[in-house]
This record gives sequence, C-alpha cells and structure tokens, in this order.
Amino acid sequence: MTTLPDAGAAHAADVSPVTSFGAASLALRRDLTLAFRKPAQLIQPLAFFALVTMLFPLAISPELSQLRQVAPGALWAAALLASLLALEFLFRDDSQDGTLEQYALSGQSLTALIFAKTLAHWLLTGLPLALMAPLAAIALGAPNSSLAGIIAAVVLGSVTLSLIGSIGAALTLNIKRSSVLLSLLTLPLSLPVLIFGARATQVAIGGGSLVAPLELLAALAVLGVTLAPLAAGAAVRISLE
Amino acid sequence: MNFVWFHRLGSPPYVYALAQRLTPWLAWPAALLILAGLWGGLVLAPPDYQQGDGFRIIYVHAPSAWMSLMVYTSMAVSAAVGLIWRIKVAHAVAAACAPIGASFTLAALVTGSLWGQPMWGTYWQWDPRLTSELVLLFLYLGYMGLRAGIEDTQRADRASAVLAVVGVVNVPVIHYSVTWWNSLHQAPSVMRLAKPSMAPAMLVPLLMMLAGFTLFFGAVLLVRLRAEILARERANPWLKEALAR
Repeated sequence: MTTLPDAGAAHAADVSPVTSFGAASLALRRDLTLAFRKPAQLIQPLAFFALVTMLFPLAISPELSQLRQVAPGALWAAALLASLLALEFLFRDDSQDGTLEQYALSGQSLTALIFAKTLAHWLLTGLPLALMAPLAAIALGAPNSSLAGIIAAVVLGSVTLSLIGSIGAALTLNIKRSSVLLSLLTLPLSLPVLIFGARATQVAIGGGSLVAPLELLAALAVLGVTLAPLAAGAAVRISLE
Repeated sequence: MNFVWFHRLGSPPYVYALAQRLTPWLAWPAALLILAGLWGGLVLAPPDYQQGDGFRIIYVHAPSAWMSLMVYTSMAVSAAVGLIWRIKVAHAVAAACAPIGASFTLAALVTGSLWGQPMWGTYWQWDPRLTSELVLLFLYLGYMGLRAGIEDTQRADRASAVLAVVGVVNVPVIHYSVTWWNSLHQAPSVMRLAKPSMAPAMLVPLLMMLAGFTLFFGAVLLVRLRAEILARERANPWLKEALAR
C-alpha cells in the first residue's frame, strides 16, 4: 500500500507540466517540420501570386509607366488572393486527421495553440510572399528605392491577413466546398489591410515618408494579434462540437 | 433585484407567445408613422432649393441606412448574448435579424445610387458611405452564407455568433479606413453637397420615417422570430399545444 503514493509522485515528476508557451512552440515546430516535408505545397501560393501579378501587364499594357500607377493595387490584390488561397492549408489536414481535436482536449490553451498554428502558417506563406513582393513590384515598374518599404508593408500586412484568415478558416472547418464562403467571410474583413497596404506601397513608389502608413499597418497587426487568436480558438472549438 | 422577467425571455414558449402578442402593437404604429411620414415627405415638404424634388428619396434612403447599421448591432448583441449565456432564443433573434438587415442595406444602396444619378451624374460613386454600406452588405451575406453552410443548428448559431462579434469589432475599422482611403482618392470634379440644416417641414417627416422604420423592423423581427422558433422547436410538444390554441 505504501508504494502507491510513491508511484504517483514518480509519475507526476516524470510528466512535468507543459506551459502554454511550451505547448505552442511545440505546435509551431511540428507545423514547420510537416510543411517542409511537403515543399510543393509551399510553392503553390507563391506561383499563384506571380501568376496574378503577370495578369496585369497582359490585361492593361506592357508600358512600365502605366503599370507603375496600378502597381500598388495589383500587388495587394494579388497578395490578398494568394493568402486567401493558402488559408485552405491552415487547418484542413489537422482537422481531417483529428489533431485539432487532440489540441482541444489537451488541456492547453487552445488560443495559444491556434496562434502558434497561425504563426507557422504566416512563416510559411506570408513571409515568402513578402520576400517575393519586390520581384513583382520590379516587374510592375516600381523603382529600386521603394523595395525595402514594399517588403516592410507586405510583412506587416500579411500578418493581419493570416490572422483574419485564421478566423474564417476556423469557422468554415467542417463545411464542404467552403472556399467561396471562406472568401466571402474573409475579404470584407481584410479591406483595411488592402487600403493601408496599397497606400504604403504607393507612398514607397512615390518616395514619400513611410512612417505613417507603416504605423497604421502595424496597428492593424497588433489588433489582429491581440484579438484574432481568441476568436479563432473559439471558432475551432465550435467547429469541433 | 428580481430577474424573473429576464430569465423568462430565454424560454421559447414564452417568447413565442410574447412575440405573437406584441406584433400588432409594433406593426400598426409603424404603418401609421410610415404613411404619415411619406405624406409629409413626398407631398407637404417643400422641394429643396438645390436638389429640387430629388432630395425626397432621403425619406427612404436615410432610414434604411440607419436601420442597416442598427440591425447589425442588434444582431451582434443578441449573438453575443447567445454565445456567452448560451440562450437559444438570443441566437434565434440574431438569425432572424440577418435577412432584414441585408434587405435594409440593399434598399439603402439602391436608393443611394438612384439619388446619385441626378445629383452626381452617375449611379455609382465610390463615396465612403456608399462603399461602407456595400461592405456591410457583404458582411450580412457572409453571415447568412455561414449559417446556411452549417447544417447543425446549434453549431450554426455559435459559429455565426463568433462571426457577428468579429464583424462588429471590424465595422468601425472598415468604416474609417474607407473614409480615409476616399479622402485621398476623391476626384475633384465630384459635386459635394454640404449637409444643409433641414427645415422643420422636411425634418419632421424624416424623423417620423425613422421611428416608423424602427418599429417596422421590430414587427418583422417578431414575425421572423416566431418562424425561427417554429422551425427550431418543431419536435416539441408545447408547440402543438400553442398552435392548437
């Protein structure tokens, strides 16, 4: 009889409690590892982004002077569509194989875990998009001096896009053929990012001071980081009910 | 304090009967106010010195635009109440609000663009208010699309409630970003009319229309709420009794 408490104590010592932060960083590492095992999926949104950017010269005019005027809008419309397309990868596999249910049952904060997943998603889709944006911008006639500003704008903007998208993706988890619905839910909420992002890009191309537009984009990102994981976590829980 | 009246509002049979009783008390004043407001606005009020008779569309446009926002707020508040306290009736109210709000938004957009044709010379202007109204329509459509996409009623309730609350946080951000965007892009050729302070003969009918539209929303909401409760509680015995009475 005396061995029982000892065994219990040994057991408790064996399984040290995992903090929310620890669980979230494990989830982040897991998502990154899984994604790098299927690199083809990572390239698809980037190829899509390049393709949409290519549509504008073909549809409007090959003249760089004309393209430069529409470049901010074209760049951001393409980035918005590419990030929308990538959202389908955010929860789909984990919802199909039951990982999300395990997350919800793990006793860890689902908000933190969903935030980690969204962060992984941004590292895998948003950040590459931001690094590719200068290429697209040059192709649309943006001057070299504007490229640093454009990267900064897309980095900040794509954070918010991923976060807003995580809410939409969580809400449409168990809906079949949900891609149109997902865009209907996500695009209206993403309009401020489009407006401020395109404005920042326009200012960067014009050579003006980028402080104000980048601050606005950063404000949106902060708002998204604070609130979106809460809503996305609640939405995942509801979708799993 | 006694909260029995509040707890009763969570019970579908009580709300069903209450909605039935209250509907005429809202519908008749709404009809009277709207008819009187239309008479005052379309016949009694003098033509505007700048816009002529064209301004009269405001008697439908302004109340519709006002209602489109008010209905969204009511929808989000009742959705949040349903989400937090898990009250089924609150979710039913939110579900009943959405189509009404979408209709008001559509009415505001259509009347706005009809007014724009003689005033701005075009049916559509990327005016910040019109643009925000269009975004609001998409928010309503997304909300209804999400509800329609989820078959289980309880899950549809809770998921769409999250969306409504997210939307309400976003509406001010969207509104101000659109206003800011437009102030940078505004074409100089567009005629901008400063909002004139209205003469009482014009203002009183407008206020009557506002009150009438609000009561009309209340009446339609109660009817839709009853339909919503009928559909949700169709397997429950109390409903058979209530319908037999």
